Amino acid sequence: MSHHIVEARDLHYTYSDGTIGLQGVTFRITHGESIALVGENGAGKSTLLMHTNGYLLASRGEMRIGDAPVTTHNLNIIRRTVGMVFQNSDDQLFMPTVFDDVAFGPMNLGLEKAEVEKRVREALTTVGASHLSKRPPYRLSQGEKRSVAIATVLAMSPDILVMDEPTSSLDPTSRLNLIKLLKTFRHTKIIATHDLDMAMDLCERTIVLHEGRVVADGPTAELFKDTTLLHRSNLEKPLRMQQCPVCGTVDKLNNTNHRSHP
Amino acid sequence: MHMADALISPAVGGTMWLATAGLIAHSSKKVTAQGDDRKVPLMGVLGAFIFAVQMINFTIPATGSSGHLGGGMILAILLGPYAAFLVMASVLFVQALFFADGGLLALGCNVVNLGFFPCFIAYPLIYRLIVHDKPKQGRIMLASVIASIIGLQLGAFGVVIETFLSGISSLSFKTFILLMQPIHLAIGIVEGIATAAVVTFVWKARPEVVMPSPSDKILDLRGILLGFAACALIFGTLLSRFSSKDPDGLEWSISKSRLYSNSYQNTSSDRVKAGDE
Amino acid sequence: MNNIGRNYFDINYMDTLSAGDSPLHRLDPRAKLITTLLFIVTVVSFDKYTLSAFLPFFLYPAALITSGKIPARYIINKVLLVCPFAILIGIFNPIIDTQILFHIGNMEVSDGWVSFFSIIIKSLLTVSAALILISLTGFNAVCEALIKLGIPRPFVIQLLFFYRYLFVLTDEAQRMDRARALRSFNTSSMKLYTFSSFIGHLLLRTLDRAERIYLAMCSRGFNGHIHMTKTIKNTWKEFSFVAVWVSLFLLFRLYNIPVLLGDLVTGVVK
Repeated sequence: MSHHIVEARDLHYTYSDGTIGLQGVTFRITHGESIALVGENGAGKSTLLMHTNGYLLASRGEMRIGDAPVTTHNLNIIRRTVGMVFQNSDDQLFMPTVFDDVAFGPMNLGLEKAEVEKRVREALTTVGASHLSKRPPYRLSQGEKRSVAIATVLAMSPDILVMDEPTSSLDPTSRLNLIKLLKTFRHTKIIATHDLDMAMDLCERTIVLHEGRVVADGPTAELFKDTTLLHRSNLEKPLRMQQCPVCGTVDKLNNTNHRSHP
Repeated sequence: MHMADALISPAVGGTMWLATAGLIAHSSKKVTAQGDDRKVPLMGVLGAFIFAVQMINFTIPATGSSGHLGGGMILAILLGPYAAFLVMASVLFVQALFFADGGLLALGCNVVNLGFFPCFIAYPLIYRLIVHDKPKQGRIMLASVIASIIGLQLGAFGVVIETFLSGISSLSFKTFILLMQPIHLAIGIVEGIATAAVVTFVWKARPEVVMPSPSDKILDLRGILLGFAACALIFGTLLSRFSSKDPDGLEWSISKSRLYSNSYQNTSSDRVKAGDE
Repeated sequence: MNNIGRNYFDINYMDTLSAGDSPLHRLDPRAKLITTLLFIVTVVSFDKYTLSAFLPFFLYPAALITSGKIPARYIINKVLLVCPFAILIGIFNPIIDTQILFHIGNMEVSDGWVSFFSIIIKSLLTVSAALILISLTGFNAVCEALIKLGIPRPFVIQLLFFYRYLFVLTDEAQRMDRARALRSFNTSSMKLYTFSSFIGHLLLRTLDRAERIYLAMCSRGFNGHIHMTKTIKNTWKEFSFVAVWVSLFLLFRLYNIPVLLGDLVTGVVK
C-alpha cells in the first residue's frame, strides 16, 4: 500500500509577502506511522501541513504522496488520499447541518446517494456523534465540533490523516476521549501539536521543526528527553516526564498515579 | 436609510422587487461565469461581516451623534460589483425577513437603493475611475470618499423618487428632496471617510485584496440599465392604470375594503366617512 | 453594541425547533415557502387604513404554532422584539395624517392612528409568518426550496453561507467590542481612528477565515458546486396544504369576515 507514504524532499516555501515558511524540509513517513510535528509558533508546522494536500505548492523541492508528487494535476487524488482536520472547527464545518457537512466530501467525490448516506452514518458512528446528525454545527460544543470535523474527513475514507492541533481548546475529558478515538485509527497520521503528552500517547515518532527546518526526527520518547532541544523550540517536557511536584519522582508510564498523593 | 413599507405603494414595491430579481439573476450569472471558487466562502463571511459592522457605531467628529457603515461600497471594493451586489442583497433579505428592518414590500427598494447604486454606479463609474489600476493611498482615500457620497446621494434620491411615485406620503417632492439630499450629503461624507479609513487600513496590511481584479472591468451596465427601464415601464403602465379615475382592479378592492373596515368600526356612530377622495 | 441585535441572536434556536417532528415539519419545504410568501403578499396588499380585515389572518400563525408544536411564547417574544422597528416606521403617521376618521365615544380617531396600528399589525403578521416558516422548516431547507423553485444558485448559496457565519462573526465582533469597552471607560461608541482600526482588524480576520474555509472546502474535493442531500416530496399532502391556505387567504382578502359576521349578528338582533 505504497500510497500511504508521505515524503518531503527539500521543501522550500516563501509566502507572497516574503515571509519564509519552509527552508529545506526532508522526511519520509511510511505506512501506518503516527508522527507528531512539533515546534514553536511560526516554526512552519501549518505551512508544512498545507503542502500535504496541495493547498500550497512548494517553491522548491517536492512533496510526494504515495508514488506521485503533489502538483496541480493530481490534486483530486491527493485530496482524496489525505484528510485534513483543521485547528478551528468552525472553519471546517460550513454546511447547514452536521449530516450535510459530513456528506459534503463524499458528494464531491460523486458517490451514489445510498453510498453517501452509508458513509456519513459510519463516520458519525465512529466518532460517536450519530445523535448530532440533524443539528446545525454552530450549536455544538467544542468537543462535539472536533468529533464532527474528524467525521467529515473520515467519510472521504482517506489513507492519511493530517491534523492541526487536534486537542487545542478542548476540556480535559473531551481531550482524553479524542486521544482514545485517534488510537483506534489505523491511518497514517501526521499531527501538528504543542500537546506533548498527547504526542507521547499517539505518536511513536516526532519531527521537530525550527525556523522552517527539521532540527530533529526520531522516536518520541527519546526526543522529549532532550531538554535543550525542547527549550530551543519553546516547548516543555510532557507533564508525565517532569518531576512530580510532591514526591519528586518521574513516572513515564502512568500520568495518573501521582494524584493519590496525600 | 432603510425604506419602510409604509411609504411604498404595491406597484412601486413590485417594480423594485422585479428589478431586484433581475439584478440577482444577472449578477448570479456573472459570478458563476467568473468561476472564482474562492469567492463562495468569501462572499458568505463578508455578508456576515457587514451585518456585524452595521451594529458597531463610531462617534462623528465634532458632533455628539454616532454613525455606522453601510457596507455596499466596501463590498464592491473587495469583491467587485456583481458579487458585492449578491452579498448586499442577501444581507438585506435576512434583515427584512427576521428583523422587519424596512419590511418585505420595501425590500426591493432597499436592495436597489443600498445595493444597486453603490455596486453598479458609484463603484465602477467613480471609484474605479479615480483609483484606476494603480492604487495609492491618496487615490484610494479620495475615491472611497467621493464614491460613498455619490452612492448615498443616489440612494437618497432613489428613496425620494420611490416615495413620490408611491404617492402615499403627504410631503411634496420638493420638500422631501430638500430634506433628504443635504442630510445624506452629511452622512455620505462621514461614511465616506470611515470607508476610506477602513479600506486604507486593509490596503496597508493586505494590498492584494484591495487590488481591482481585471474581470470587473467588463461591466455590462447598458444591459442592466435597459432591464431596469423595462421593469419601470411595465409597472409604470400598471401604476398609471391604478391611479386613473376609473376605480378598477386593485384600487376598487382597496377602497371597498376600506369602506368595510370603516363601517365596521362605526357601528355605534353614524358618521361614516367615505374612502379615498 | 445593539441590544436588540444581541437578544435577537437566539434566532438560531429556530433551527433547533425545525428539527422537531410533526406533520407540518415533514411537509415539503416548498409548500411551506409558497404558502408563507402568498400569506405575506396578501397581507401587504391591504391598504394602509385596514384594521378589522386583518383579524382572520391571525388564524394562520395560530394554527401553525399549535399544530407544529412551536412554543408560542418564543415566537411572540421574537415578534415583540421587532415591534419597535414597526413603531419607529409608523410613529409619524398620527402626526402627519390628522384627518379624523371616526369616533369611539368622545375620542377622535384620526387616519394617522389607524394607519399606525395597521402598520404594526401588518408587521406582526408578516414577521410571525416568516419566523414560523423557519421554525417549521429550518433556514437551510428553505434555501433548498428556493433552489428548487429556480432562484439562482449562487444567490442561495450566498444566503446559506451568510447565515452560517452570521453568528460566528457577530460573536467575534462582540468579543472584540467587549475587550475594547473594558479598556475605554464609559464610551459606548468609538472615535473614527479606533473604529477604522477595529473594523479593519475584523475585516482582516474575516478574510483569513474565508481563506481557511476555502482551504477546508478544497480539502474535501470542492469544485465549485455545493450539493444538497435532502429529499423533496411532492404529494397530495403538500398540494392540499397550499390549496386550503391559499383559498382561505383569498377569502379573507376579498371579504371582510369580521364585518360580515358583525352584519349577520346585527341583522339577527334586528
